Amino acid sequence: MPGKLKAKIVAGRHLPVMDRASDLTDAFVEVKFGNTTFKTDVYPKSLNPQWNSEWFKFEVDDEDLQDEPLQITVLDHDTYSANDAIGKVYIDIDPLLSSEAATVISGWFPIYDTIHGIRGEINVLVKVDLFNDLNRFRQSSCGVKFFCTTSIPRCYRAVMVHGFVEELVVNEDPEYQWIDRIRTPRASNEARQRLISLMSGELQRKIGLKVLEMGGNAVVGYLQCFDLEGESGLVVRAIGTACTLDKISNTYAPASAINPCNSSPSKDTKEAGFGEEAPGVPLSSGPPTPLRAQTFSSFSPSKSYSRQSSSSDTELSLTPKTGMGSGGSAGKEAGPLKALLRQQTQSALEQREFPFFTLTSFPAGFLLHVGGVVSARSVKLLDRIHNPDEPETRDAWWEEIRQEIKSHAKALGCHAVVGYSESTSICEEVCILSASGTAAVLSSRFMQDGALDMDHRFEDLAPPGCGFCHIPYDELNMPFPAQLTYCHCCRRFKVPDVLFTTIDLPTEANVTGKGCLIQARLCRTKKKAQGEGNATAISNLLPFLEYELHTQLMNKLKLRSMNALFGLRIQISIGENMLLGLASATGVYLTPLPSPGGIQIAGKTPSDITYEQHISNMQKKINDTIAKNKELYEVNPPELVEEVIGSPIPEPRQRSRLFRSHSESSDEVSELDLSHGKKDAFVLEIDDTDAVEDIHSLLTDAPTPPGFYSCNTEIMPGIYNWTSALQMFTSVRVFRLSNVNLTNQGLNKVFNDLCENLLKSLYFKLRSMVPCCLCHLNFTVAVPEDELIQVAVTAVAMSFDKEQTLENGRQSCDKTLMKAITENEEQLQFPLELTAESSSNPLSSAKGLSEVSGALPSARAPSVDYSSFTDRCSSWIEQLRLKAHTIRRGSIKTMSSLEKASPLPEGRSRSLRSNRSYAGGSVAVVKMTPLSFIPGTKIIKYLGIINMFFIRETTSLREEGGVSGFLHSFIAEVFAMVRAHVAALGGNAVVSYSMKECVFMENPNKNQAQCLINVSGDAVIFVRESELEATPPQPQSASTQTSSSGEGT
Amino acid sequence: MTMELDVFVGNTTIIDEEVYQLWLDGFSVADAVKMRLENGALGECEVSGEVLHSDTMDQYRTFQMCERLLHCPSKLANQLLFQIPAHHQAMLIERYYEFDHMFAREVLGKKLSKGTKKDLDDISSKTGIALKSCRRQFDNFKRVFKVVEELKGPLAENVQHHFLLSDLLAKDYAAVVFFANSRFETGKKKLQYLSFQDFAFCACQLISYWTVGAVDNMMDDMDVDLEKEFLHDLKDLKVLVNDKDMLDQHKSLVCSQLRGRIRVFTEMEANFKNLSRALINIASKLTNTKDVRDLFIDLVEKFIEPCRSDKWTAGDLTLFLTHYTSTASTLETFRYQVIWERYMGVVKSCILKMYHD
Repeated sequence: MPGKLKAKIVAGRHLPVMDRASDLTDAFVEVKFGNTTFKTDVYPKSLNPQWNSEWFKFEVDDEDLQDEPLQITVLDHDTYSANDAIGKVYIDIDPLLSSEAATVISGWFPIYDTIHGIRGEINVLVKVDLFNDLNRFRQSSCGVKFFCTTSIPRCYRAVMVHGFVEELVVNEDPEYQWIDRIRTPRASNEARQRLISLMSGELQRKIGLKVLEMGGNAVVGYLQCFDLEGESGLVVRAIGTACTLDKISNTYAPASAINPCNSSPSKDTKEAGFGEEAPGVPLSSGPPTPLRAQTFSSFSPSKSYSRQSSSSDTELSLTPKTGMGSGGSAGKEAGPLKALLRQQTQSALEQREFPFFTLTSFPAGFLLHVGGVVSARSVKLLDRIHNPDEPETRDAWWEEIRQEIKSHAKALGCHAVVGYSESTSICEEVCILSASGTAAVLSSRFMQDGALDMDHRFEDLAPPGCGFCHIPYDELNMPFPAQLTYCHCCRRFKVPDVLFTTIDLPTEANVTGKGCLIQARLCRTKKKAQGEGNATAISNLLPFLEYELHTQLMNKLKLRSMNALFGLRIQISIGENMLLGLASATGVYLTPLPSPGGIQIAGKTPSDITYEQHISNMQKKINDTIAKNKELYEVNPPELVEEVIGSPIPEPRQRSRLFRSHSESSDEVSELDLSHGKKDAFVLEIDDTDAVEDIHSLLTDAPTPPGFYSCNTEIMPGIYNWTSALQMFTSVRVFRLSNVNLTNQGLNKVFNDLCENLLKSLYFKLRSMVPCCLCHLNFTVAVPEDELIQVAVTAVAMSFDKEQTLENGRQSCDKTLMKAITENEEQLQFPLELTAESSSNPLSSAKGLSEVSGALPSARAPSVDYSSFTDRCSSWIEQLRLKAHTIRRGSIKTMSSLEKASPLPEGRSRSLRSNRSYAGGSVAVVKMTPLSFIPGTKIIKYLGIINMFFIRETTSLREEGGVSGFLHSFIAEVFAMVRAHVAALGGNAVVSYSMKECVFMENPNKNQAQCLINVSGDAVIFVRESELEATPPQPQSASTQTSSSGEGT
Repeated sequence: MTMELDVFVGNTTIIDEEVYQLWLDGFSVADAVKMRLENGALGECEVSGEVLHSDTMDQYRTFQMCERLLHCPSKLANQLLFQIPAHHQAMLIERYYEFDHMFAREVLGKKLSKGTKKDLDDISSKTGIALKSCRRQFDNFKRVFKVVEELKGPLAENVQHHFLLSDLLAKDYAAVVFFANSRFETGKKKLQYLSFQDFAFCACQLISYWTVGAVDNMMDDMDVDLEKEFLHDLKDLKVLVNDKDMLDQHKSLVCSQLRGRIRVFTEMEANFKNLSRALINIASKLTNTKDVRDLFIDLVEKFIEPCRSDKWTAGDLTLFLTHYTSTASTLETFRYQVIWERYMGVVKSCILKMYHD
């Protein structure tokens, strides 16, 4: 009996009227856990009953504690007939099982009924007394923490990253059991909800066991999915990354004071996530800092490590004191050693079955090189799962796919896959399994016990701003045709011409300008077929679909003058008579990569004059768009190109790939010799109407309206000064194709318009938040029925301060200059302590900053021994001075914006008081975001994972406002229930929120509709950074405070 | 090819005040979209009708879902379904309960019953206010009336407390409830020139001075009803016209005060007895519910119209009523000063408010 669960039913409110005669309700509550049920007394004739029950105690195994939810059913007592159910609340008690998460669940929960929706609220208190069980063979895994966040959670430090964990459980779907014919829809829905809740509990427990086996204590990037396979059953599967996490002690908290104006996540990852490594402020994000401060205290034993100057050991990692000499030679010497080390790491990784990581952003120094996107798909025919206890078939399927991914990664010279994810699309009995990730080379630092300091030095030789772009594969033996140039930043290593990844933009990456959402959309018709024939047809179509999506992505990327994609997610959905492909990613201009050439259009029939006219018109349009986009996204790459071209780059191959597939023979890749200016141009050949159509659609992508930016990643490069204004939203659209005989082009257009219009609508709705950025724009497409296309989007709109954006153009200029500085400093081996110290602490005062500019020349001049550098040096100093001013202005501005944003900047004591009063009066505000952070705040505690599954059904669709009204209220209800659960855990936000499933079915003729929604996220407590600054933070007390305020609600 | 389903749900409920007003005004989605397009209030945002339609639909749905909560505004603050910032909650409630004075003028004093509700389409066509909006306003009146009808304590405060309205709006509701309860006649042709504001002012006066709550705040007072005892005592004022001496004396005192100060002095002197008799008669009859209902029509017919036909200015009237009231108190044999002042205070301010074209 290693656990005692206690629950107390306090009160209800806003209950529905169950007795028409009296307009009142005689409510009582059943509390059920496992097979034990308790009942409260009946509270007669009230819509706001006060049960104030005793503590109901359940003595249970911790295995059950993990698997089972606490079931609370509110009923209306009826003397003569059966009691009517009002609704239910399922409470996942997992957060109470970890000592570091929540201690009590207490609050108002919406009472939910699958037919009527939310019907009043109930106030419940839940506690768990857990007895330690050290049994080695135990089946439970209490205490393993789960995070949906795909990076190391903010208030933790990664000690070890163990690697991939996966599990799946299968069962029969209650909806398809024989009993479903005789039971009510409500009973069937509830059976389904309960089963899925049980299955996900079991899944988590099993994954937890695997983590414990590996020696870890947490799962990061936990991704759980449902496959509703219909007749063949129900699969719940999950993947994640096992880690050993350390909670960062309070002493690190003041680190946040170092950089208060930095509300970008970069700082948080660095400081909070990896406190030990000292808060680095990467050049590319955060407020303008004069120097890139990237350091690893462990490499600099000679430096006394103090918090204030933590980021002062600038460049030590790049140029260790024991140094390899300057610049270029270091690279050379490092070469063999590096190779050696890679072997080491590789062998470490190869011991694992799957060196996969679901993380999308990493501890500094973990991600060394990125190879590119690897993906695998397979089409399977579903058959009934005969034995739920042996889910081997499904396991084998995934195993197969993972092996393929692994071999793809190897082909790219990479030993690991990061940003890994898996998904399925099911239509009738055909199922597409997809997996994708980014092949990468990782540092062994987080993977083995014991430090490998010596090795790290070489690993880190590549500057962090560009290191990850350097190719991991062998130049002479490239896995695919790519054009290599020397890195535009360090000029020592080779980089590819474009880079596609599924991860988030590394915070330290050197980026020019801003990024933007790039989507490729494709719709292909398919003949209706059954069984194997259908599966074959689908697998035959898939390569074409992927190829075209890739082409589209590439074209759109070029059109925006960008050279890299992050967060790439390709979704392929199957319907009875069509296949949908949607690829979303965030395009950026990576400074280390070469500038992309333009797009050139070539016609095949040059004889016709009007035709040529037409082509030149289009060419002009394209050129104009490119120019406009350059301006819009502030892509003005530094004019280093000239220099580089003269430098030891291998002969730029005069080769342009043709990325236009002909509808008949799509694999044709011809070599053309066309150039656009000095750079290689990208050629689009028009030979059929298809291509015209394509170019047309390329150009019709509406630009984002002024003041808006969009991306599907966590952060938007080029925007740092977020305000606290935040709006998470979900939008769903279903489009009915009435014309069944649509051509591919017609379908494409419909699908394209659907997505574009959806985006337009979002921009319009959120216009009051301008300037703002839609982050983590996550599209999901589905073909719920023959002629229906469903698109669902969940994203967050975040406002930022405009003032600083205007300066941004300059900043990026400065940035490249700064880069030049850092580069040369490396050569000079000049530790700029003073500069870095003050720069790391812009808040400390503007004085500190002016010191930077003042002190620099004197500190610097004597040690400059290369005379050729002096001139440039002084101009940098000029720049620094200018920059110092910018910073001063910048930081002040941001400060004021923070003050504006937070209602009570005076200090936490006051704000807590106000919090408490809030709790008494009205409902506490719970923020939700798909991102792993909330700008301007610091997450002080993770309360546990939120993973909820709801079904809603109606038999009075028209009365509920049609399908839109039905879904609108359902989504609102789901939000409300998530918020209520978070508030009951004592939290005030959900981060890494996602709606993983939204299955909508309707039958308007029968006036019926049903919808299933699965959401997940991490419940957290955050505090405003402005409050943290005011008084020394005490996260412990704060959390108890807040949770107590939560109790009040 | 049609959009089958189109929803947008924010964690924080987005509320467009402009669309909310259109919804309250009873416009259909199509009309609202047209209005929004015409208004051009969308500024530089280039939006198509499609986008506007989708946005308007979303907003309308949100409002429809909120409406249930708005019927009991205190619920809005502690419901969990919509996360609405406090200032938006206040705006939603205030706007929902705001009403058109034109509409209120029409139903003022009428019984808030089903019968009246049936007449709403007449009112709608008369005032040009959409029937939907009329229904909402009427239902609001009825809802507020039902809740505060039986409550003790100051009427406006009760309204404010239960419906979380602003001071001004709560006062207007108090007037509506008061009129509906006492069923004052406001529909006569002669009263048509009076606006809702005029009546609301009068209601406020009556509530403040003539109800039970007006005398004794501590008592379990009812603000809705006039104080019976006071109305009964008003009969005593008859002495002012019945006693010939007193009437003459009163007249001479007023005349001496006003000589040369008002333009219509001669007319006033000639008419004094009639005017005085009119006011006292109204007072003495107030014990009858029927006559209470006719208070305003009586004031207009018996007092305001004669004055108007003699072309009194508002200034003249003010001076007259002031001295008419004050001199009576100086009459030696007049013993009902308290009642007199309580009566005349209200009558005077009402008449002055009602004295316009």
